[in-house]
Amino acid sequence: MKILVCIAQVPDTTSKIAFTNNDTQFASDGLTMIINPYDEWYALVRALELKETGKASAVHLITVGKADVEPVIRKALALGGDEAIRIDVDSNDPLVIAQEIAAYASAQSFDLVLCGKESIDYNNGVVGAMLAALLDTEYIGFAKKLDIDGATASLVREIEGGEEHVVSNLPLVVSCQKGMAEQRIPNMRGIMAARTKPLTVLAGIGAQAQSNIVSYAMPAAKTGVKMIDPENMDQLVQLLHSEAKVI
Amino acid sequence: MILVLAEQINGSFKKKTFEVLQYAATIAQINQDKVAALVLGSAQQDAMQELGAYGAQEVWHVNDARFDSFSAKAFAKAIQQVATQHNATMLIAPHDVFGKALAPRVAAVMQAGMVAGAVAYPTYDNGFELKKSVFSGKAFTIIAITSSFKVITLVPNTFSVVKGEGQAAIQAMQVAIQDADFATKVNTVEKVTGAIPLGEAELVVSGGRGMKGPENWHLIEDLAKVMGAATACSRPVADSHWRPHHEHVGQTGGTIRPNLYIAIGISGAIQHLAGVNSSKTIVVINKDPEAPFFKAADYGIVGDALEVLPKLTAAMQKFKATN
Repeated sequence: MKILVCIAQVPDTTSKIAFTNNDTQFASDGLTMIINPYDEWYALVRALELKETGKASAVHLITVGKADVEPVIRKALALGGDEAIRIDVDSNDPLVIAQEIAAYASAQSFDLVLCGKESIDYNNGVVGAMLAALLDTEYIGFAKKLDIDGATASLVREIEGGEEHVVSNLPLVVSCQKGMAEQRIPNMRGIMAARTKPLTVLAGIGAQAQSNIVSYAMPAAKTGVKMIDPENMDQLVQLLHSEAKVI
Repeated sequence: MILVLAEQINGSFKKKTFEVLQYAATIAQINQDKVAALVLGSAQQDAMQELGAYGAQEVWHVNDARFDSFSAKAFAKAIQQVATQHNATMLIAPHDVFGKALAPRVAAVMQAGMVAGAVAYPTYDNGFELKKSVFSGKAFTIIAITSSFKVITLVPNTFSVVKGEGQAAIQAMQVAIQDADFATKVNTVEKVTGAIPLGEAELVVSGGRGMKGPENWHLIEDLAKVMGAATACSRPVADSHWRPHHEHVGQTGGTIRPNLYIAIGISGAIQHLAGVNSSKTIVVINKDPEAPFFKAADYGIVGDALEVLPKLTAAMQKFKATN
């Protein structure tokens, strides 16, 4: 069984966000870039566990981006991926990303495609579902548990106000979240091995964008916190009622 | 026709579906378009007619019991068939687990531009543009959709829902979906019962490590009960099993957008803020006056959670008795 794990590069969670070119571009200069945590902690680590327990034969990685994403994909290889593909396309349109990944994946017959529940930069959470549509496979979103038995996957997925235990046939696309696996730190042996693992760069298929980012803006700054005496909770309740109008 | 995905849960509908219908109706008015709610599976007639009070002119009902169990592949194919046959102009769904599994899937097959998690009405001055939150609430972006068919998911609790008048006309729809497309079999469902679902709660009371232990949680529950609020917690609380994981809000937990978020004994790490900073009003109770959460708060109280909470509950009770 072959697994493909989709990896996105994102700015570190604690990054200070800024924009350039009249607020039309995200200023990535000087920011620490990381593997999207949902892709790394949950999708990738679960894929590696399936390989370690003999349920998967290989874990392939794929990312869509320019050469600046290579350090991040090398780190994913250091964690244990067997080989990586980088599709040399720079796009913010999730449909472009999904089409580029689908064009590669459809020719490779993966049994399982894993991605994180969303990337922490654009918070879309749609590439997995789009990919499943383009590959014409079933899709399980927000999965917390995943196990494989032959050609069937058993999963636990989040639903409104609870969870569902489901079984699906492979091939399958799964978006992963907390509960799936635990974060790992790459060891020195992994880091050394990653240097010589294959990282293939492919040109894109020229997928057309159907949306584009026009501009960015910072949220309106809070006008400042109003401090209230802990002995005067009546005042807080009154403010919530008459000023904030939320109760 | 603007198609709205109306998720039926045991035959009836939730507030977030009403919100999306109302949102779609406003867009339809500007574009001289109409709104149809698409219902897949078994649903009650009166519940479907009632969708008219929120802006649906028509309800398109695929009365096929196979859709009572969720399978993304089959659902998306059905939606796409209906959208194509009836020349839909837009597909709008809530930005929740249901909408996020289906809307992008339909967008991909129909080669449509999509905005996932819109937080405003579209603007038309420079094409079709929508605002959404990015970088976990640290910024906004404006996205232009350039395709003719457009797909939007709307963040729940963005607009308040007002019930209007009117009943929707129900129209039966046929789709051709093979049994093999229902590729997921649901074995068991575990639902949290009794409590207000966190995702759609307008008021949320949330506790952190400052609560000192699970034995003190009745103080949170007392306040939540008086207010009619849902309860939530921070990551360390869920990780220490003081509270169940579904209550965890923050970057790795749930993202919520209530009208009021009361954070009690939560310091306000950036990962926690990512899940709650879109709340309209934030109250922070913390004994540390330097807690970072105060910077993101509208109202702050410096004090011990266990001492302040009963006083707040009492004040809230007094308010509720007279209002």
